Amino acid sequence: MRIVVCLKPVPDTAARIKVHKDGTRVDPEGVKFVLGPYDARTIAKAIELRGAAGGGNEVVAISAGAASGEAEAKKRIKDALALGADRGVFIADPTPENRDPLATAKALAAAIKGLDGFDLVFCGRQAVDDQALSVGPMLATLLGVPCVTDAVGMEVQGSTARVRRAAEGRTEVVEVQLPAVITGQRDLADEQYPKLKEILAAGKKPIADFKFDWPATPAYHVVSLSPPPEPIAGKIVGKGPEAVPELFKLLQSEAKVLTF
Amino acid sequence: MSDREPFFTEQHDMFRAMVRQFVETELAPHAEEWEEAELFPREVFKKAGDAGLLGINYDEAYGGTGLDYWYTVIRTEEYVRSRCAGVNMALLVQSDMATPIIHDLGTEEQKQEFLVPAIKGDKIAALGVSEPGAGSDVVSLRTTARRDGGDYVINGSKTFITNGTRADFITLIVKTDPDKTHQGVSVVLVPGDAPGLTVGRKLKKLGNKASDTAELHFDNVRIPQRYLVGEEGHGFYYLMHNFQGERLVAAIGAVAGAQQLIEDALKYGEQRQAFGKPIIKFQTWRHEFAQHLTEVEAARRLAYFAADLFGRKVPCVREVSMAKLFCAELANKVADRCLQFHGGWGYMDEYTVSRAWRDARLVTIGGGTSEVMREIISKLSF
Repeated sequence: MRIVVCLKPVPDTAARIKVHKDGTRVDPEGVKFVLGPYDARTIAKAIELRGAAGGGNEVVAISAGAASGEAEAKKRIKDALALGADRGVFIADPTPENRDPLATAKALAAAIKGLDGFDLVFCGRQAVDDQALSVGPMLATLLGVPCVTDAVGMEVQGSTARVRRAAEGRTEVVEVQLPAVITGQRDLADEQYPKLKEILAAGKKPIADFKFDWPATPAYHVVSLSPPPEPIAGKIVGKGPEAVPELFKLLQSEAKVLTF
Repeated sequence: MSDREPFFTEQHDMFRAMVRQFVETELAPHAEEWEEAELFPREVFKKAGDAGLLGINYDEAYGGTGLDYWYTVIRTEEYVRSRCAGVNMALLVQSDMATPIIHDLGTEEQKQEFLVPAIKGDKIAALGVSEPGAGSDVVSLRTTARRDGGDYVINGSKTFITNGTRADFITLIVKTDPDKTHQGVSVVLVPGDAPGLTVGRKLKKLGNKASDTAELHFDNVRIPQRYLVGEEGHGFYYLMHNFQGERLVAAIGAVAGAQQLIEDALKYGEQRQAFGKPIIKFQTWRHEFAQHLTEVEAARRLAYFAADLFGRKVPCVREVSMAKLFCAELANKVADRCLQFHGGWGYMDEYTVSRAWRDARLVTIGGGTSEVMREIISKLSF
């Protein structure tokens, strides 16, 4: 079984995000990039489904050029290798700014088609920076395979996957023929951390460069990007029940969230 | 390799991220509970062993990874994020205090019996040096190991022994010739279940509460002579060398702890208002924290200098002693001032600064006091 995991480096949630001077994207300067939380879960699930390495099954980690730049993207592929993926593929992108999800899905599809077959493709349900939630379904369409979104659990039996997915207010269990694209929720698997020996082994695993002819113009582009308003400094008004009258008063008079 | 920290490669950075994740997943969420219980679960050693944190510099043949000392620096720095110095100390005793002598000087049999399971986290290790009447003054130790046939018979008491209540073995410093001074000291390995070895009591402490600290009594404890580490009568020199690793991780941990205290305090200072503005906006505190940050940076450079020498096996007793002295004293000063910055809340246990203040107090004492560090530095300097 060949399982492909698509990764995107995203800014650390603790990073101080600034809008780039061109006004349309996050300024990557000085930002720490990490594996997205959904990607981390899909890697863990892929490793679990593969079982022990070397049994004829493999996990391939793929990342298409990202705003973080090539070095950061390759580091995130190495993170996946340290978590147990067998090899990596990197798709360089000379102009990652304004890259739209369709172009990313096309690049990933081209690289996956070049793999000599696949059984499962995992994407995180969303990249926590752009939050487009579209690459996974687009990728499935381009590959001509079904897509199950928002998976919170799954097992594979032969050429069928039984997937639990989080639908609004309920959990659905669906069966899907493989190959298929699955987008994962946080509950898909527990996030793992690598062991020191796996970090050392990751340095010896291959990362292939895949060349893709990116579209010259994006299908859509960001016109402007605005940061959220500055948060107002919090105020500690006291502790315990004695603080309630003052809190109540401020919620009425200052925050104006209580109107009675 | 970073432009600012040329010691650290991309692989070092990956390791740092991994240790951070380990600490934030396995240690930090339990800090309160373990402090309250004054103990943490045995399985933490196993988890640290599985992650590869207990044998970083040790030979691969024994389950280690044979990596450079910067990995040890990183691991020690990241441990402080647990905000639970007790568990950090217990893990450091396991990897950097009780086992280096076995790795460096032990027989193959000793390594298989003690080092391999310690690296895996299957056996808990303790280092037995201090006694009720002697600590830094190692020559005055009174615990004896007397030859008797093919055995040693051990009598005496040890105190302040981290991991002591549940150690599976103790790397024990003894007098094999009580009439001699330095040449009378030896190192032996004592299984925790050896008949005649008893845990006197679990000591109550000011800080580092999550770790157990014990008094140990040896009443005609019999061990085979094959448990002697290295040569008889050479223990003082082995221990002095061993102290360098212990003091270095203490210095590195002290700096990282001080840095974290400052970062926590700055976050508090942005949120806490007084007289209509965040307290960090008051110049008196802004300048004070600028001073702390400067001194912490200077301390880190000294610790890194010592770590570089130590990692390259360049003689560095003077530099390690300087780092231990300076970083430990600074950590206490920073902890005290960060507590002050928190005002009344700093005196309460609502914020972790009070715990850090208590925990920091150990670092100018354990592994050799600041006074002993000054004596070593002066002896080696003039």
